[in-house]
Amino acid sequence: MIDGTANSIKSFLKTLSPVDQVGAEARAAMLATRSIKTSSKSWAIDMAISMIDLTTLEGADTAGKVKAICNKAVRPDPSDPTVPHVGAICVYNDMVKIARTHLDAAGGRDIPVAAVSTAFPSGRASLEVKRVDTEDAIAHGAAEIDMVIDRGAFLSGDLEKVYSEIQYIKSLCEGRAHLKVILETGELVTLDNVRKASFLAMAAGADFIKTSTGKVAPAATAPVVLVMLEAVRDWYAMTGVKIGVKPAGGIRTTKDAIKQLVLVNETAGPEWLNPQLFRIGASALLNDLLMQRMKLRDGHYAGPNYVTLD
Amino acid sequence: MTFEYAPALESTAVVKIKPEYGLFINGKFVPAKGGKTFTTINPATEETLTKVAFASSSDVDKAVAAARAAYSKVWSKMPAAERGKYLFRIARILQERAREFAVLETMDNGKPIRETRDIDIPLAASHFFYHAGWADKLEHAGMGSSPKPHGVVGQVIPWNFPLLMLSWKIAPALATGNTVVLKPAETTPLTALLFAEVCQQADLPPGVVNIITGDGSTGSAIVNHPDIDKIAFTGSTAVGKGIARAIAGTKKAATLELGGKGANIIYEDAPLDETVEGIISGIFFNQGHVCCAGSRLLVQENIHDEVIEKLKRRISMIRIGNPLDKNTDLGAINSSAQLARINELANSGDLEGAERWSPACELPTKGFWYPPTIFTGVTQAHRIAQEEIFGPVLSVLTFRTPQEAIEKANNTPFGLSAGIWTDKGSRILWTAKHLKAGVIWANTFNKFDPASPFGGYKESGWGREGGRHGLAAYLKGNH
Repeated sequence: MIDGTANSIKSFLKTLSPVDQVGAEARAAMLATRSIKTSSKSWAIDMAISMIDLTTLEGADTAGKVKAICNKAVRPDPSDPTVPHVGAICVYNDMVKIARTHLDAAGGRDIPVAAVSTAFPSGRASLEVKRVDTEDAIAHGAAEIDMVIDRGAFLSGDLEKVYSEIQYIKSLCEGRAHLKVILETGELVTLDNVRKASFLAMAAGADFIKTSTGKVAPAATAPVVLVMLEAVRDWYAMTGVKIGVKPAGGIRTTKDAIKQLVLVNETAGPEWLNPQLFRIGASALLNDLLMQRMKLRDGHYAGPNYVTLD
Repeated sequence: MTFEYAPALESTAVVKIKPEYGLFINGKFVPAKGGKTFTTINPATEETLTKVAFASSSDVDKAVAAARAAYSKVWSKMPAAERGKYLFRIARILQERAREFAVLETMDNGKPIRETRDIDIPLAASHFFYHAGWADKLEHAGMGSSPKPHGVVGQVIPWNFPLLMLSWKIAPALATGNTVVLKPAETTPLTALLFAEVCQQADLPPGVVNIITGDGSTGSAIVNHPDIDKIAFTGSTAVGKGIARAIAGTKKAATLELGGKGANIIYEDAPLDETVEGIISGIFFNQGHVCCAGSRLLVQENIHDEVIEKLKRRISMIRIGNPLDKNTDLGAINSSAQLARINELANSGDLEGAERWSPACELPTKGFWYPPTIFTGVTQAHRIAQEEIFGPVLSVLTFRTPQEAIEKANNTPFGLSAGIWTDKGSRILWTAKHLKAGVIWANTFNKFDPASPFGGYKESGWGREGGRHGLAAYLKGNH
């Protein structure tokens, strides 16, 4: 459907049905009223834990900090071995090796390391820099690449540039790493743009489409995630290929996470409810999930010192 | 394993249903003359909820006399700002007791708690708030410098939105200075009787609001009562026509809000996912027991298959079952009589060759249930394209050009509601201008607001309810 030329991209995106902002917000708000209790809550909490891309993306990150979250990723609750491990660790490029080595040592061989790449978070760098950034992360053991799209190019109408860049990074990842494409929806602003960018990314070879870097607000709002889930559902109907979705930024509580799972369940469908097709980029969320898990198990809330920091 | 939502039942502990209810006349609950009663049931379980007094014509006489006395001695003499205060008070009490009203409405009507909690009860309260503000500003309503109330108003309301329809009727009537005799529907009297308790709690002067329960004969006694100045009715077109005949030649004014067969028009450039949501809310909101339901889907032929595929997928996700479960989307049909009517009309769709589709779904064994249903291949000549089904049954028709959409949409004796779905603003305006319907939604459906007038063309009714226009129904102007 797209041969890479500006015209083919433009005419493909023109075939997409528009999004009505008011209607999408209303649908997302309605799904937020779902009441998830008892057995379904407990199932959802474990599913959410296994979907977390446990993330640290700070200038102040150190080897010590990265090792700490690796341990947490493998055994989120040291007192309870039935808690599943998280979906992945997400770090900056220079922490990839440390994370990979430490995960392997800590018994987390099957937990992938995701590296944010392509001059994250702004993406304002030359293609060569983006290439080196990506190659370097893969060489050091990143199995997932979280790239950012060129929002400036998208907003100025240079869709060809956005498309070819994703395609290029995908060619670097091919066979070695999964590609997550960050749309930075807080900068795209309209839901029509979110839908267009989602299809552009999928057509260019994204394995996952991701809402945000976490550095721009608003991030993973419910209407944005809804529109992206509709996009992967429609893409599956068109091509038979299932693309994953990763909301990131602002999902901090168990309630927030469960609302995300409800969105998945009633939009893309139950087939998307697994860590291969849905991830949640978060740092603080894990501890809230663990506290709610203890509450369900023990019947009362434990103090904050009963869940480990990091 | 899949994401099964565990039962999330709203507690019924907040509701105290009495073993028997009298008629609310002159500020007190009194038994019907002769002590006749009838029962009301929960349509989702068929369990009897309670017994309710059955008003005969002599009870209607008493209620009208109480309303007349309250009108001439108290309500018409009270400063308008004071009337407004009572309405504000009622609105606040409705908000305070919202949970109780929502649960009771769900039990008596069968509609999902999500709707009573988020729509029926908040909207009912907002109608009282809205009209409370009008009470002392009526000279600015565009009906002359001192518009006057009619006097005693007789009101008969349906079972689909019991408390909401009560508020559409009582709030403007009281704000404009009328007193009221209201009859709730036979199958859903309980929230109206709880509202009577709210009137007591608000210290509303006795006789200003009288609520009497019964069946069609009670309603007929109200309509034909010589001392009633105005009739306000919401219900079927057949009964509405009967009322129009009954009051012809009398001094009685009337507003009638009757049936509909709303066209929901989908153009090829519509935002499809939101359109599908709009189709769903248009026909499955409140089990399709909605006079303004979007029960005729008119979809542009070149996107018919895509829309139907998306619609079927979405309908398969509708959660049907216990209305008290907070995750239920589609509740019970209100009565066995209504279920029989839905069955009869839907079966005519089969017989006349339309293609029926429902998702695989388990319906509860007790109570009255009908699965969400769509008929494709429907044409104007089908009964299901012409008659109001008043249930969760959608008829799908196609059109080729905007002109054809308008012709088909208007080709009905009704004219209550319509929907337009397109990304093009100019097409919305062009379509709305040519549709003969009182309420037209663009890129949404079944949205209500007390400030927005509601009512129909043709056999869908007389007059408007809500907004400034709705005040005219309860006032005599002096232009």
